[in-house]
Amino acid sequence: MRKAFNEELLKIAKTDPRVFMILADIGYGEIEPFANAFPDRFINCGVAEQNMTGVACGVAMEGNIAITYSIANFPTLRCFEQIRNDVCYHNANVKIVIIGGGLAYGPLGISHHSTEDLAVMRALPNMVCLSPCDIPEAREAVKAMMAYNGPVYYRCGYKGEKDIHEKSVSFRIGGSAEVKGGRDLTVLFTGTVGINAKEAVLEAAREGIDCRLVSMYSIKPIDKEAILRAATETGKIITVEEHNLYGGLGGAVAEVLCDANVSCKFKRMALPDVNVSKIGSQEWLRDQYGLGVKDILAEIRRMAGK
Amino acid sequence: MNQDCAELAKRTRLNCLRMVYRGKSGHIGSMLSVADILAVLYSGILHADPANPDAPDRDRLIFSKGHGGAALFATLAEKGFFPEEYLDTYYQDNGKLSGHISHHLPGVEFSTGSLGHGLPVACGMAMAAKQAGKTHRIFCITSDGDCNEGSTWEAIMLAGQHKWDNLTMIVDYNRLQALGRSQDIIDLEPLDRKLRDFNWEVVTVDGHDYAALERAFSSLPLEKGKPSCIICRTVKGKGVKLFENDYRWHYGGITEEIYDNAKKELEEGI
Repeated sequence: MRKAFNEELLKIAKTDPRVFMILADIGYGEIEPFANAFPDRFINCGVAEQNMTGVACGVAMEGNIAITYSIANFPTLRCFEQIRNDVCYHNANVKIVIIGGGLAYGPLGISHHSTEDLAVMRALPNMVCLSPCDIPEAREAVKAMMAYNGPVYYRCGYKGEKDIHEKSVSFRIGGSAEVKGGRDLTVLFTGTVGINAKEAVLEAAREGIDCRLVSMYSIKPIDKEAILRAATETGKIITVEEHNLYGGLGGAVAEVLCDANVSCKFKRMALPDVNVSKIGSQEWLRDQYGLGVKDILAEIRRMAGK
Repeated sequence: MNQDCAELAKRTRLNCLRMVYRGKSGHIGSMLSVADILAVLYSGILHADPANPDAPDRDRLIFSKGHGGAALFATLAEKGFFPEEYLDTYYQDNGKLSGHISHHLPGVEFSTGSLGHGLPVACGMAMAAKQAGKTHRIFCITSDGDCNEGSTWEAIMLAGQHKWDNLTMIVDYNRLQALGRSQDIIDLEPLDRKLRDFNWEVVTVDGHDYAALERAFSSLPLEKGKPSCIICRTVKGKGVKLFENDYRWHYGGITEEIYDNAKKELEEGI
């Protein structure tokens, strides 16, 4: 997905002279085509994420589109106040891109995991939060992000993701994408962990449970209509995200349901509120922390009463 | 010019005193410290037009020591960027002017308040101006406390690295900060040498000497191919003996008696 992101960005930068990349010494093997093509619109600020974000804000305030880009939690948590006070308060056209949302950099450890990003980023006024699930969605998300005037948080995957969508994706900020229709219950997911949700939903279908599966690629604004439709039409919602249990997709969906006074059976599946200290690949860690295919399938069966 | 600057700075100081007194707020020491620097900048140095505050070719001024923002508000009001009546609403319910500098006012480029934010943004503006081949200049006013922040030094290193000579950092260097003397907290000395080591050109001036300030500001860039730093040696609380060189007036509130005495002292002149 990282490669797809950089390819789409480069295409846009070739036609839009306002696009700048502001880095903090991360991006080896991916950012070179941009750096070589547009040396005057590229800067490596060194290992200095606060400065990276401030510089991006200054560049954007001069009428440009500035991309900050780094691993997992580096461009968000280290420089959160710059994002809040500089980027969001001034509504600057800065795009904050992380590579490796969730546990993508699994064995590198917690310092390289991004598992509370959706909670903190969606709490910022003016911030749009996008979380694509596969490469086709990621490509569309880049186009939507760049066409939008204002701060955007882009939670990119890493590499080797399987496609979840089997047909072309229609992407809009504030939208969602149905992967599979269904009447018995709805699984709403965000990000690349959706592949596990998809496998669980397909297995459930073989067992006679007809699940709707929806990619909630826009965490803020969120597709309220899709959530309320799922509640009223299927009566049961499971949310799946590679993020702390608090404040991410599950929280956002619960807020929509409560505000609309719509009740349905509801279960959040997310990382438990613990420090992820086990060592292993993303796939292995998903299994360890309750986001494996079997975990999601078990929850589908339980909620469906089977 | 000196007389004009003195008059502008005097009015700024009196306005700040009144704003802080009415608002029951703090930071008077920081405001009085920077008043003369602002007076010189807005008396012919900065290309800034009150009738067209967003002109694309304006010089950008980022006021990174946002807690002293009332001094910039007062200066801008005096120069006609917005009505002087706005000053009466400083720190008031439904007011126009917040306790820290706000970009919602004409002539204010950027909101600050948390230290260490100004210089990185100024760097971004400097980079964008260079890339676009524009000739306007970018100024950033910092302070002792602002130079404690790691992000300020991240920006200092980057600006020197990239030789942004359209960028000027002005340090309101009064050697006091919130809880005491800078030399007892984070001793920045020798600040000029530290900046030169990061490829800046530096001059040190008396931050209350209008002629010296004007000479320094008229010599920019100090060296072609390097960002410039003007270290302004200032007195925190300048103009009111009670406030001068006493860190307690970083936060200290002003009673009616203090207000009356300070106002009299400022009106009679420094």
